[in-house]
Amino acid sequence: MSDTHAQTAAYVRESMIGQSAPPTGQSGAIRWMRENLFSGVTNTILTLVSIYVIWVIVSHLFPWFANSIWRADSLTQCREIRDATVGADAPAACFAVIVDRWQQLVFGFYPQDKYWRPVLALVVFLAAIAPILFQSLPRKALWFSAAAPFLLFFLLWGGSVWLPVCVALGFVIGAVAYRLLVASAGTLTATLAAIVLPLLYWLFLAGPLDAALTAVAPVGLEYVQSKDFGGFTLSFIIGVAGIALSLPLGILLALGRQSHLFIIKMISVGFIEVIRGVPLIVWLFTASLLLNYFLPPGTNFDLMLRVIIMVTLFSAAYIAEVVRGGLAALPKGQYEGADSLGLDYWQSMRLVILPQALKISIPGIVNTFIGLFKDTTLVVFIGLLDPIGLTNAIRASTDWNGVYWELFIFVGLMFFIACFSMGRYSLFLEKKLQREHR
Amino acid sequence: MADIAQAPAVDRSQMKVSDEVAVQITEMNKWYGTFHVLRDINLTVYRGERIVICGPSGSGKSTLIRCINALEEHQAGKITVDGTLLSSDLKNIDKIRSEVGMCFQHFNLFPHLTILENCTLAPIWVRKIPKKEAEETAMHFLNKVKIPDQANKYPGQLSGGQQQRVAIARSLCMRPRIMLFDEPTSALDPEMIKEVLDTMIELAEEGMTMLCVTHEMGFAQAVANRVIFMDQGQIVEQNEPKEFFNNPKSDRTKLFLSQILGH
Repeated sequence: MSDTHAQTAAYVRESMIGQSAPPTGQSGAIRWMRENLFSGVTNTILTLVSIYVIWVIVSHLFPWFANSIWRADSLTQCREIRDATVGADAPAACFAVIVDRWQQLVFGFYPQDKYWRPVLALVVFLAAIAPILFQSLPRKALWFSAAAPFLLFFLLWGGSVWLPVCVALGFVIGAVAYRLLVASAGTLTATLAAIVLPLLYWLFLAGPLDAALTAVAPVGLEYVQSKDFGGFTLSFIIGVAGIALSLPLGILLALGRQSHLFIIKMISVGFIEVIRGVPLIVWLFTASLLLNYFLPPGTNFDLMLRVIIMVTLFSAAYIAEVVRGGLAALPKGQYEGADSLGLDYWQSMRLVILPQALKISIPGIVNTFIGLFKDTTLVVFIGLLDPIGLTNAIRASTDWNGVYWELFIFVGLMFFIACFSMGRYSLFLEKKLQREHR
Repeated sequence: MADIAQAPAVDRSQMKVSDEVAVQITEMNKWYGTFHVLRDINLTVYRGERIVICGPSGSGKSTLIRCINALEEHQAGKITVDGTLLSSDLKNIDKIRSEVGMCFQHFNLFPHLTILENCTLAPIWVRKIPKKEAEETAMHFLNKVKIPDQANKYPGQLSGGQQQRVAIARSLCMRPRIMLFDEPTSALDPEMIKEVLDTMIELAEEGMTMLCVTHEMGFAQAVANRVIFMDQGQIVEQNEPKEFFNNPKSDRTKLFLSQILGH
């Protein structure tokens, strides 16, 4: 080692360097374009080809939209208006069909004088879902959310007001039984009581109670049959009920699949694999045709309810697998940390494990929900009139025979709005839960 | 033994070992599948004892203390904690876990809860203490581990040493009678080890019954009243620290000590 080297190797910093700002980059549209669109020969060619393709598509579609006709009573009239204004053979959309028939697409065959009921139901639904979606809203509003399903049922189907009240009472009985028993008899007994007592009540007491109350105070709305439901009302009811019911069921199935109890584990695995391994359309046919063979003759088990149950079971199997992924992604230390503090199984799941596992699973869960919502259009095959089914019904009239694209664009747009909102909410939630810890 | 890291000064006035048995382990055996991890473990811990358990990795020392709060299941023998027999009865297990605090190598704080919520979670849900009272207790112990100003942050915003001190405070909030430490400083940067050890020393000075799996021999010398050396799933040697370090009896202990203290 030379002396020079020894001198340069020894070094003592006398003052520490403070924080300073990073160098500012150049910006501007031209610079951005050069970097992102025309950065090389290949890129430039690709950009030009893409612009050409976009131009071809837009130039074909734009006149069709621009010339669109919004007021007409039939397709024939639409064509006459087109011939008179933009000339024959010019492309022109006939959105008049939407203006003429939107009520049918939205409400199906729901009685026209009662349209206010589904509309009010939508308002109630939005008010009920808001405190669940946004934590910043007052927590007391959750009580309204809990009562909303019964209110929605009453608004949509009508009938005696006492039926939903009597059904809701069952849940109150369960909650009270749990509260009273949990301290004295332990969690397991209390949970069993909270399940068995309401079931007994629903089987034997709720019916007579409803009848008695209705006899004393006949308050209610006119009953609307399930077969009159259709259009987006139907899609929304099936979709929302399916989503609301399949999340808790899916979580339970995921926990069941992880359970150390053999029977519970096997039931969960069997359920998930069987439900997931068969196409939804097969389950829907099962719901509409086969169930009648198994039920005692004469029982009229509402088809819509059967469909909701099938859709729920189907998406619960998917949710279970998504949540299982989230559970598996948590380090074992989280389970041990919760255990070591003396939290029991359900406490540690509810307070420690699931909040984290669900956070990881949000994209997958919302993905499943979006899939479920779009799959509600499959009910057209078992005779329910979802929006797609209604487009057929509209075309069946002589006025609108031959209209395809305008109806499908409208239906697609409505579904897109709903699904896109769910996707955006998922992103919002992920960002909100993005604590500093990862 | 000049080789051992200098032992910190410790106030021994409150450290009293009583005749009361805190943990009694008799003829305990455990297998992972067919692998015999713990073999014929016999150990009696008296209230107020500070026991350091050391040994090579894979010797079963972590498994041993994890058996005490049933994070690991033992297949033969008896473990009695605070007079409660550890069996497969979940009620007994939850009772023991709420009386025995534990600190882990990787802290295992709950990342989705703030520091304060981490500390109040178990008191509120297991002990059914009102939230306000639980928060006061939590602040008391966070003060004790010297990080009260971090109470509303999330674990991910804290340094490793701070997180481990929060983990200790979280355990203390349950007012445990026994504390288990499973290599509490192994995942920490050298600069942070001291702050955690200081907290543990303070705890020992107050008379807490402690079982520590650690390789911090300075801590063992200063605080422990008994050092246990384990190898191949069995207790090979146990003695009071001075004798253990200065005059190890078994060859295996001598080899181990020469390896961890030799440099």
